[in-house]
Amino acid sequence: MFTSMTFASILPEILILTIGLLVLIFEPFWKEDQKRNAGWLTAGGLLIAMLLSMLFGRPGEPTEVLGGMIRFDWFGFFLKMLFMFAAAATALLLMDHEQVGKRGEAYVMLLAALIGMNLMASSADLVMLYLSIETASIPMYILAGFLVGDERSTEAGFKYFLYGTLASTVMLYGFSLVFGFSGSTNLYEIASALTAGSISPLLAFGVVSLIVVGLGFKVSIVPFHFWAPDVYQGAPTPVAGYLSTASKAAGFAVILRLFFIAFPEFTSTWTMILAVLAAISMTVGNLLALPQTNIKRLLAYSSISHAGYALIGAVAFSQFGAASVVFYMAAYIATNLLAFGLVMAFSRITGLEEVTDYAGLSRRNPLMGLMMLAAFLSLAGMPPFGGFVAKVFVFAAGVQANYTWLVIVGIINSIIGVYYYLNVLKYVYLYRLPGEDEENHPIPLTQSYTIALVVLVIGVILLGTVFGPFFNWSDAGALNLF
Amino acid sequence: MVPLSWYLTLAAALFSIGLFGVLVRRNAVAILLGVELMLNAVNINLVAFWRYSDALTSMGGQVFAIIVFAVAAAEVSVGLALVISAYRRRNTVIADELDMLKW
Repeated sequence: MFTSMTFASILPEILILTIGLLVLIFEPFWKEDQKRNAGWLTAGGLLIAMLLSMLFGRPGEPTEVLGGMIRFDWFGFFLKMLFMFAAAATALLLMDHEQVGKRGEAYVMLLAALIGMNLMASSADLVMLYLSIETASIPMYILAGFLVGDERSTEAGFKYFLYGTLASTVMLYGFSLVFGFSGSTNLYEIASALTAGSISPLLAFGVVSLIVVGLGFKVSIVPFHFWAPDVYQGAPTPVAGYLSTASKAAGFAVILRLFFIAFPEFTSTWTMILAVLAAISMTVGNLLALPQTNIKRLLAYSSISHAGYALIGAVAFSQFGAASVVFYMAAYIATNLLAFGLVMAFSRITGLEEVTDYAGLSRRNPLMGLMMLAAFLSLAGMPPFGGFVAKVFVFAAGVQANYTWLVIVGIINSIIGVYYYLNVLKYVYLYRLPGEDEENHPIPLTQSYTIALVVLVIGVILLGTVFGPFFNWSDAGALNLF
Repeated sequence: MVPLSWYLTLAAALFSIGLFGVLVRRNAVAILLGVELMLNAVNINLVAFWRYSDALTSMGGQVFAIIVFAVAAAEVSVGLALVISAYRRRNTVIADELDMLKW
């Protein structure tokens, strides 16, 4: 029953758990000013865990382990590495957060959510899927409301929890019906039991809709997006960045695996639902981003529209489509973490979060201005940054699957998006502080921020220039879904 | 024996009552009660489907139900903690009155 394969398949999770325990053991013995070292421990530990997993935890042929709960394949492995990278960057960004950085339990919550996301990417059973989704969500509720002394943060945690439990319960009702109709919880057995003739199309539509509610909440697509702007604004900024990247990518991993594997017979039903939601998400997300003045809310609406773009790849229902979604998530994780990291670095010194406050940033800290340029141009989908290549792949997958109308909606929306991204850069580069004395108001970056931000910038540029190997990995992962 | 459809109807009704409560009630604790009703509807579904299936030896449905209520307990404890934290800060548990963050 337990072979070396079993341990290799959950090696990343075992290592993450070990890091969490180490943080819990060491943190109480550190003095107050040393406690931020928990961030170094988490980030360094995650890098070592990634290396060890790549050396000893590589999957071969897709196999089911732990009684069919986990599927050990490249799709899960590649996404796990992405989530661990995102968590390591988030830990570095958390370190210098005034209220959160010195609290060991924040890092433990981060790692607990990471275990949940890793399992979301690799679970092949409805029971495991539900358990991992909740393991990823519950620590995030706590992290969103972590600043108990801050009215916005408590409200963010409260709202995230209420929306989150409702969405996951509705999804669970859908799971229970799937179990009932197919008699099994394993995704592959569901696929063979649920053939087109066995349940009526209307029933299939209902069940898929119930499941889409929960997953749509996780990836924040319209109309399940109401929590996103409020939570991103209220939660500690690095947590908001983690929510908008790793958590969303984990949601997409579940969408791909669940719909591609368990419901291939009902493709027309779920692609129709997802295509409509993708079109609405892109449009509503972009239009609501236009009037935003708070940069975190702007990034929240932008993340809603990005979920819409990525969904085009899932709608395509092809190997190329799945690969394009995985690649999109890689580019999006690097880009959006960079954007949130810069917002964090800026508000840490100034305490301000409005777009207009960024006036003169290019003179106050030229490096940050440049990184801001990379992040926002990548979000807008400009070459040579990752966001451009990712959008090209997703749109190509859409055209290949005859969803030309959806791709046209996507292209029009990317043009709308350019407006508000460039608007932020306008303040960074063209406007100046009221007194024009920027040299007296520098914005220093601490060591951990410099490391995290520079690594993320390199990631954004690498994904936009030498994207070949990354796309090949995504493609190898996507192959395991068919 | 009671037919399966009766259980499913009961579960659907319970789910709808819970959803109605979540959407209509403004008190956060009452919203949590609604969510609990919905989770119980799911459990009735799971156990009923399992009991009436051909594969009684595979424990899938029962295990699923047990995991659902274990997770529900964890979720509610975190949820009540968040409600208390909001109450300490704002002196209210009415969802509508927590409206600092909008637009």
